[in-house]
Amino acid sequence: MVTKMIKKIEIKNLTVNYGTKDVISNLNLDIYQNEILAVIGPANSGKSSLLKCLNRMQDFNPSARISGDILMDGESIFKDEDSTFLRRRIGMVSPLPVGLPMSIKENVTYAPRMAGCKDAQELDFIVEDCLKKAALWDEVKDRLDSLATKLSGGQQQRLTIARALSHHPEVLCLDEFSIAIDPVTTMKIESVLSELKKSITIVMVTNVINQAKRLGDRTAMMLNGKILDIDRNENLFHGQVNDLRTKQYIEGFFG
Amino acid sequence: MFRPSNHLILKEIKEKKLKNLLSTVTFFLFLPALIIMLWLFVKGSSALSLDFLFMDPIEGMTAGGIFPTIVGTFWLVIISVLVACPLGVIAAIYLSEYAKDNTLTRIIRLAILNLAGVPSIVHALFGLGAFVLFLKMGTSILAASLTLSVMNLPVIITSTLESLKAVPQSYREASWNVGASRLQTIRHIVLPNSIPGILTGVVFSVGRSAGETAAILFTGVAFYLPFLPQSVFDQCMSLSMHLFTISTQVVGVPDAYPYATALVLILLILSMNSLAVALRSYFRTRRKW
Repeated sequence: MVTKMIKKIEIKNLTVNYGTKDVISNLNLDIYQNEILAVIGPANSGKSSLLKCLNRMQDFNPSARISGDILMDGESIFKDEDSTFLRRRIGMVSPLPVGLPMSIKENVTYAPRMAGCKDAQELDFIVEDCLKKAALWDEVKDRLDSLATKLSGGQQQRLTIARALSHHPEVLCLDEFSIAIDPVTTMKIESVLSELKKSITIVMVTNVINQAKRLGDRTAMMLNGKILDIDRNENLFHGQVNDLRTKQYIEGFFG
Repeated sequence: MFRPSNHLILKEIKEKKLKNLLSTVTFFLFLPALIIMLWLFVKGSSALSLDFLFMDPIEGMTAGGIFPTIVGTFWLVIISVLVACPLGVIAAIYLSEYAKDNTLTRIIRLAILNLAGVPSIVHALFGLGAFVLFLKMGTSILAASLTLSVMNLPVIITSTLESLKAVPQSYREASWNVGASRLQTIRHIVLPNSIPGILTGVVFSVGRSAGETAAILFTGVAFYLPFLPQSVFDQCMSLSMHLFTISTQVVGVPDAYPYATALVLILLILSMNSLAVALRSYFRTRRKW
């Protein structure tokens, strides 16, 4: 499958603290180019906080204290004071769907427009391309100018995915993207993700263990801010675990 | 068959009683406003005419009209809003979108709240000291307008802060997530969705300025002027001050004159407030979430 493993992101000794308790403690993790890394683990284990570190959304949280380093393509993401450029390289899909209060089309073109793209043809292309990838195009192609906030929850979730793809990110982070989406559509998006990983790297936090199993190349099991286990799926889901709790979690006994 | 028990029937009666009580109280709140308007209209309408609106006061203010006072009020309101509005909105944006929550910003917020509670006569003394004397503007439209803007700043800041806070945080995060900067997020996401609230605050503060008397008393408003102001460094007359003058200081003013002046003032403020309400409902129908 993946012949050469290039490190896309290296997380080194990452510790995140929101005041009293370490949410992530001393975490080391490499994410390879063109893989899908699934992150599983019970609630409160630091999965979402980890994603928020990757695109430096923690900058906006005044109580967050971060130590350690994250390298992307070998360069520290904390090097620049301004994090907007970093965020353009990373697509982030948050668990709760947020349609920005503008039209569907404006939602998808928001990121490119903010990055300075004014070419109407290119923007139209991005709209169609991204909405198709997010399995939303057929439902909304006739009403691209209607308000995004009037869409249903599941549609808004897919709109969020389309928006995250609109700026051609190198890394796509998905935090529980399928909570509001029906299984058929979820499958459509999953197949798009498998297609996408040929060109980009995907980090996916999920509570659906089968999804991690189906979609991931590797899966990381997190608990209390630490990675208990990380391995290729064919190993991890066939009993080769370091920690018994991973096996129990996968089998549904724990967590 | 299911029959309502006594308890349920009692509950229903109670419910009705409470509803009647609430509607009665609400009606009595509305009553004073209605009575004031009616009373002013009954007493003042005989003096109301186009001449009254567009003539200078003559014969020691016992005849003629109130034109210069309307012009003066207009000047004061426009300039004070032009100064207070950008300052207030910018300060509110800083406090809401940029400032960290620390001791300094908490003191600033507290100061703004306190400023809102300062009596207008104290603002007048401040204006006299700061603008008229220290900055050597003299008693002028400019000094009076600036005093009014200081008085209106907390109102505008507070209402702007409220409407900025009403924009869901998730919108900001979604915008940051795709690589928009803070400024772009404010420009494209936050401001478009808080404009109605901001405008409402501004227009209400306009209404407040128009009716204000004390704050402009020492800073730029004259008892009587035989000419219209030519620049912002001239003094002017104002509706509210004129009302005070002709009702207490001048002998021989026709009975209807003060009432008519008050009516004009109130109609002016009411029309500004209705503009605020209309703007708000217009933007609400266009609200996008």
